[in-house]
Amino acid sequence: MTLAWIALLPFLGALAPALTIRLGRNACALATGLVTASALALLLSLAPQVMAGEVVSTRVAWFPTLGLNLNFFLDALGLMFAGMILGIGLLVIIYARFYLAKSDPMGRFFAFLLLFQGAMVGIVLSDNILLLLIFWELTSLSSFLLIGYWRHLPEGRQGARMALTITGMGGLSLIGGLLILGQIAGSYDLSVILQSGAAIQASPMYLPALLLILGGCFTKSAQFPFHFWLPHAMAAPTPVSAYLHSATMVKAGVFLLARLWPALSGTEAWFYLVGGVGLVTMVFAAVVALFKDDLKGLLAYSTISHLGMLTFLFGLGTPAAAVAGIFHIINHATFKAALFMNAGIVDHEAGTRDLRKLGGLVTLMPIAATLAVLAGAAMAGIPPLNGFISKEMMLEEAVHSSAFGLPWLIPALVMVGILFSAAYAFRYVVGVYFGPKRESYPAKPHDAPFGMWAPSALLVILAVAIGLAPALVAGPLVNAVAAAVTGGAAGEKHLALWHGFNVPLAMSLAAILGGAILLALHRPAARIWSAIGLPEAKTLFDGTVAAGAGGARDATEGLHNGSLQRYLATILGAAILAAVTGFLSAPYVEGLRPTLAAPGAAIIGWALLIGGTAAVVLGHRQRYLALIFISVIGSIVSLGFVYLSAPDLALTQISVEVVTILLLLLALNLMPKTTPVESSPARRTRDGVLATLGGLGMAGATWALLRREGPPSISEFHWANSYSGGGGTNVVNVILVDFRGFDTFGEIIVLGIAALIIFALLETADRGASGQRLASWEPDQRRSPEHHPMMLVVATRLLLPLASVVGLYIFLRGHNEPGGGFIAGLVVSIALLMQYMASGYAWSNRRLPADHHALIGFGVTVAAVTGLTAMALGAPFLKSAYEYVSIPLIGDVGLSSALAFDIGVAFTVVGAVMLALHHLSGVARRAEKAAPSEYAMDVDPSRTSAPAPTPKPGEGA
Amino acid sequence: MSIEFLVASAVGVLSAAGIYLVLRGRTFPVVLGLAFMSYAINVFLFASGRLVVNQPPIYGKDVAAYTDPLPQALVLTAIVISFGMTALVVVLSLRTFLEAGTDQVDGAGEIDAEAEIAGEGPASDLPVRRDVEAKP
Repeated sequence: MTLAWIALLPFLGALAPALTIRLGRNACALATGLVTASALALLLSLAPQVMAGEVVSTRVAWFPTLGLNLNFFLDALGLMFAGMILGIGLLVIIYARFYLAKSDPMGRFFAFLLLFQGAMVGIVLSDNILLLLIFWELTSLSSFLLIGYWRHLPEGRQGARMALTITGMGGLSLIGGLLILGQIAGSYDLSVILQSGAAIQASPMYLPALLLILGGCFTKSAQFPFHFWLPHAMAAPTPVSAYLHSATMVKAGVFLLARLWPALSGTEAWFYLVGGVGLVTMVFAAVVALFKDDLKGLLAYSTISHLGMLTFLFGLGTPAAAVAGIFHIINHATFKAALFMNAGIVDHEAGTRDLRKLGGLVTLMPIAATLAVLAGAAMAGIPPLNGFISKEMMLEEAVHSSAFGLPWLIPALVMVGILFSAAYAFRYVVGVYFGPKRESYPAKPHDAPFGMWAPSALLVILAVAIGLAPALVAGPLVNAVAAAVTGGAAGEKHLALWHGFNVPLAMSLAAILGGAILLALHRPAARIWSAIGLPEAKTLFDGTVAAGAGGARDATEGLHNGSLQRYLATILGAAILAAVTGFLSAPYVEGLRPTLAAPGAAIIGWALLIGGTAAVVLGHRQRYLALIFISVIGSIVSLGFVYLSAPDLALTQISVEVVTILLLLLALNLMPKTTPVESSPARRTRDGVLATLGGLGMAGATWALLRREGPPSISEFHWANSYSGGGGTNVVNVILVDFRGFDTFGEIIVLGIAALIIFALLETADRGASGQRLASWEPDQRRSPEHHPMMLVVATRLLLPLASVVGLYIFLRGHNEPGGGFIAGLVVSIALLMQYMASGYAWSNRRLPADHHALIGFGVTVAAVTGLTAMALGAPFLKSAYEYVSIPLIGDVGLSSALAFDIGVAFTVVGAVMLALHHLSGVARRAEKAAPSEYAMDVDPSRTSAPAPTPKPGEGA
Repeated sequence: MSIEFLVASAVGVLSAAGIYLVLRGRTFPVVLGLAFMSYAINVFLFASGRLVVNQPPIYGKDVAAYTDPLPQALVLTAIVISFGMTALVVVLSLRTFLEAGTDQVDGAGEIDAEAEIAGEGPASDLPVRRDVEAKP
């Protein structure tokens, strides 16, 4: 489990800075540092095993059916990367503590940094490629937060957006590629995929997979032509640049190339794609870097160039080149992170990063100058520093490579690249620290505090040490990683500073000399460069994004004209077309299942239903009339359920019917009472044709279904286990509260949410335009002279206790006989609603001041607690336990835990129904504007005062 | 005439009515159409357990045959969910009507509420009287 903890620690630890920032900036940085240090310590505790050639792994099943598992493994490659991510991460945390200004929210910065760190560690430790993809996307997201950390700067926001767009699109491409790769290999586990190299390369899907995977790697590692996001990401604070853009995020693409090297490399496509893109990037970016005046811009393009070199090395496909690449990953991380920190120090202390305003700082900032000279020399590839050795190894491979049958092509291009590399490294060092001292700088330059330069000093010491004693300092790690990457094909390689006089040395010397000359000629060269005027990538990018957004807007506005009729006609037409196509694709065979003869009563019910439907369709313009007719249909449907052995459905349907009609009546009170004729005859004909086709299709499908025997049903199981397992004889109810209790649980939540949306819609109805309309609303119907008819009031009050008892009875018998929480809830709701309708809102509400929100919340909570109790006892969610108890007068009652669940259901139903109707009537009262009647009964014999005056018809009071 | 024919034709007629009504240009017929579609689809789902008379899925001493309980349980859930949906849609249409002053959904009745309140633009079905102030 140690492995999983290494990846998870930074994620969990991301809370630490957010919490400790209240204790001050030092505590915050310390807490962050401790998180990273603990992860690093865990990693190092595993290092001896890994260096001995062992592979440490942790496997936790997560979604085994999807092939997505929390599988981590640590080999030498993972160790090297994780070590770099955590080690440089620690240095960056120290550096950032001193770099960030007091006004910068440090807690947020370190929280983002740790999230990013966790995602990076996750990538390099994942054994499962789906897991790797998740971490990959997390790096894109967390780096977005880091790049855009200075959210007040437009450059920061734009740079973050651009980085997210490019790396996010690459992530999508990578998803496709890795899924194909997993399909070919038959497993999403890296350890399996790496063994299946031959099968993968023989597969016809190899090339698509390779292209998609490279799409992910190249965007992440800023390879040409996707490189342009990296310079724009330099708007981030310098610690972010030092971390993300030297050692970690941009190396993720290179890491994946190295990781998948055994499975993918060695083909012609790999050589030309990876090697070619890498080489072009290396040369192109080195040239651009020389002409950047911004220090971080120069370093950004230099990073792109070095990433190109790494890609090129892995693209060559030979084990020796892979070793050189691995070695250079370490070297580049040391000197480039040091240089980024150095640029941040210059920016911090001299107040600018513009090379044209700098120079002569060597005496003012001697420490920074020393570090920059050493790191710069390593970047330029000057002996005896580490950059020189890996560059020599690269040259050795390059001079022996040939492309397109031209043996000079690759060496020549590489020569250009290292020439410009030396030149821009010189320009950085000389341009900032040497030359004449300026009369004034934007700030008064002096050396940075210890905490700020110490991290880069550590890195520079490492660079020098590797350069002087490569075999001792880096040899074992490089060899172990090489063995892991190439599967042992690389053999032991002795790293050495001196290889004798050979072609690479000559090229190196020429590059250093040429670089110095280029620096001297920089001014005229820069003029030529600006005369060429390469296209600005940001303009192209912004143009593409704007064109895409514009196209999307045009398409949406063209298709979405606001007419529901058009959308629905399209959807229904498409559905009918699909159904007709399916129907015609095979000959129709009449089913053989015997039918049941219909008694006369059924035919009468059917005729009523057809007649009612026709009446609604023909008379739908008279809305009240349509409501009355539609209630006929609901009644017939529930009678049908009774006849066809579904008593529970019949009870539910009839009670839902009552509540729905009440609701529609209340809503219709405030809406137009008629529908005007608006559709043209052609439109009505079209709709009629669609309706006829749809109706015929549904009727035909039902008929065909009913004339065939169904497949074996899982209901056998429900029938067999309902009583013995669920303790109830009503199988439908047992399915609802036990077997499929989770459905019911979800359903009451849906009902609760619907009620809350209704609440939100109506609670705010008295604001804005809606409020003005309500205020000026006038009744458009004649009002009854009787507000609270005595007969109705008396009847409903007498019925309330009876209905409540019926509700309770239905509720209690539900488990064994037709009934249950739903129906009971609806029955009780109807009984309560009757009070509101008969006796008026004020009278009823005074007597039942229930909080409907609380009812819904209580219901859902009770249901959830019941389910979780079952889980706590080791049973599945909502598995019911039961016991039969004898209650005097009532008899044996099954006391089942399902009863508690059903209580939750009933409360939610009552709460939801009452909440909806309560607020509908609230809106109506606001519209009516009449003071609520003083009396709950128009004629009350018990009242001593005079009877309430009878309002005249049409007064509306 | 068989029960199967009655149920199948009823499903067809209810669906046809539902389709015709949801294609109207005002919210209220659309709500009615959705109710019709709910009836049709619920009955169809119920029918997938095949039609059986006098064999409710309830244990008894002498019960040997019973109808399929599973579609019933599913349809019971569906009835309640369609109730929630109908309630939501009808309240939504009420609020839309109050907000926009029209219950048209055919895209033709776009009324600019702000402009109307300010006394510009066309009047809606439920015009705002400018001599009455909305409650705060």
